[in-house]
Amino acid sequence: MTHKGDRTLSAAGIARVEGGGSMYVRVSAGQVEEVRLDIYEPPRFFEAFLRGRSYTEPPDITARICGICPVAYQTSACQAIEAVCGVIVPGPLADLRRLLYCGEWIASHALHIYMLHAPDFLGYPGAVELARDHRDIVERGLSLRKAGNAIMELLGGRSIHPVNVRIGGFYRVPSARELVPLAEQLRAALDLALDTVRWVAGFDFPDFTCEHELLALREPGVYPIERGTLASSGGLEFTAADFERHVIEEQVPHSTALHARLAGHDGSYLTGPLARYTLNSRWLPPVAAQAAREAGLGPGCRNPFQSIIVRAVEIVCAVEEALRLIGAYQQPDRPFCEAEPRAGTGHGVTEAPRGVLYQRYDLDAAGAVRGARIVPPTSQNQAAIQDDLRGFVQARLDFDDERLTHECEQAIRNYDPCISCSTHFLSLQMVRG
Amino acid sequence: MTEPRQRPGRAGGHVVVIGVGNEFRRDDGVGPVVLSRLSGQAARSVRLVLSDGEPARMIEAWAGASLAIVVDAVRADPPVPGRLHRIILDRADAPEVRPVSSHGLGLSEAIGLAQVLDRMPDRLIIHAVEAADLSQGVGLTPAVAAAADAITSAVLRDLAAG
Repeated sequence: MTHKGDRTLSAAGIARVEGGGSMYVRVSAGQVEEVRLDIYEPPRFFEAFLRGRSYTEPPDITARICGICPVAYQTSACQAIEAVCGVIVPGPLADLRRLLYCGEWIASHALHIYMLHAPDFLGYPGAVELARDHRDIVERGLSLRKAGNAIMELLGGRSIHPVNVRIGGFYRVPSARELVPLAEQLRAALDLALDTVRWVAGFDFPDFTCEHELLALREPGVYPIERGTLASSGGLEFTAADFERHVIEEQVPHSTALHARLAGHDGSYLTGPLARYTLNSRWLPPVAAQAAREAGLGPGCRNPFQSIIVRAVEIVCAVEEALRLIGAYQQPDRPFCEAEPRAGTGHGVTEAPRGVLYQRYDLDAAGAVRGARIVPPTSQNQAAIQDDLRGFVQARLDFDDERLTHECEQAIRNYDPCISCSTHFLSLQMVRG
Repeated sequence: MTEPRQRPGRAGGHVVVIGVGNEFRRDDGVGPVVLSRLSGQAARSVRLVLSDGEPARMIEAWAGASLAIVVDAVRADPPVPGRLHRIILDRADAPEVRPVSSHGLGLSEAIGLAQVLDRMPDRLIIHAVEAADLSQGVGLTPAVAAAADAITSAVLRDLAAG
């Protein structure tokens, strides 16, 4: 075998902010010996920053962790702190919380499908080139994203870092009348979402199956978004309060991120759209369930490339749910319920667009945060992504480095990892021995 | 120093200043910082928009504008922290590198898409400052904090020129 020596392939561009994701592949005697992915920075700063703050502040502070999924951070934080305070947010306010979260799912999934993922399947370098040939398609994606943002603007006060969320509910709730134009926009969005499913279902997908254990929330009767208990494809079931007993985070030498595994279980696990769908497809609302069937999805999906279909189905689900919630909406008497501080520990877990997002808060009797723990989906998925890439690279070793880099980037895009809003490109280091 | 008086935007379009960044990413917070300084100085008709740079939101903020001004932190190699760049765009280069995550989509994609979809503002000015520290944390480094003053003045001049 030709010894090509150590070579570094890198792709660099004008990046708005600092950060360089990297992927390291070591091949020896035709076997992939090692794949390392270092793309993610855990929110350790925020855990430290939250200490000493009032129990009322985490929803606003954690919303700043991610521009794409602030509602996920806010909602998990609210749940955890409300658990300490002994508050159960009643029906109408809980429904509004789910509605807000639907907005985030729609906006986030539309962004990923249209701006990032679809061009891979259609042979375009990116969304700009796709728009040049298929303006109407990209316009459809922007309209969908706008519908999601409209929900976040109305309920959250604004679509970036929503400011209307508080412990116990909202600072202000909309009147039923205010939701009327939103429903109109969402009815149009439902057609766009169904068109999206039909469009992506027609793509060609490589054969690839991930065998990881899958972890998602489960809330019998509804598709899990803003609440539920944890369940895995391997039969695990546990509540948010037991999350840290079941999910073990370990330091790995090459990364600032901790890698997660399920206690007592070998191998990595995966959370996110594939896990959510596979564990909960039976509870999709009717229009989304029909769309999934017509798209050829079975009860489960383990091909990461087909996550684009699952995301599209989840957009239908979120729009359908949003319309249902708006239809049943009656303005609550009060926008929030009081939450008096107590000493104790609380746990919250929700389904961010990219998967399970867990938070824990330790409060003292005055309501000051004494400790915080934040476990986002990407820190849980990093090991699984690496494992999948190992198999992916092994099957493509005859590709030259440029093509292999390109295909690895495409494979990583399947998971849409949260890269802490800091990593704009992937640099691949390939060592062939 | 007295800032020049601001003229309204050209007929039919609004004027928007978009501060891109995250105040919990040290120097990446320069966009929001400039935005907050402008809030007391820019004319009320000027829209001040906070953004994470995500293309769809950027396009929505500047579509139909007669003038859009974007304030953002950038990294450079080698960096000169605090160095300012003022770029007037009438043409966008295609993004050089495709990100691996939707979190990586940014201004390049926004400009490219806006051009294809006919959603560019009449005039787009970008004020970019080279950052020293973009790690998680709060507060600008001294060089970038000083640059924030200069950018605020420069944006006010651009607004006055219309």
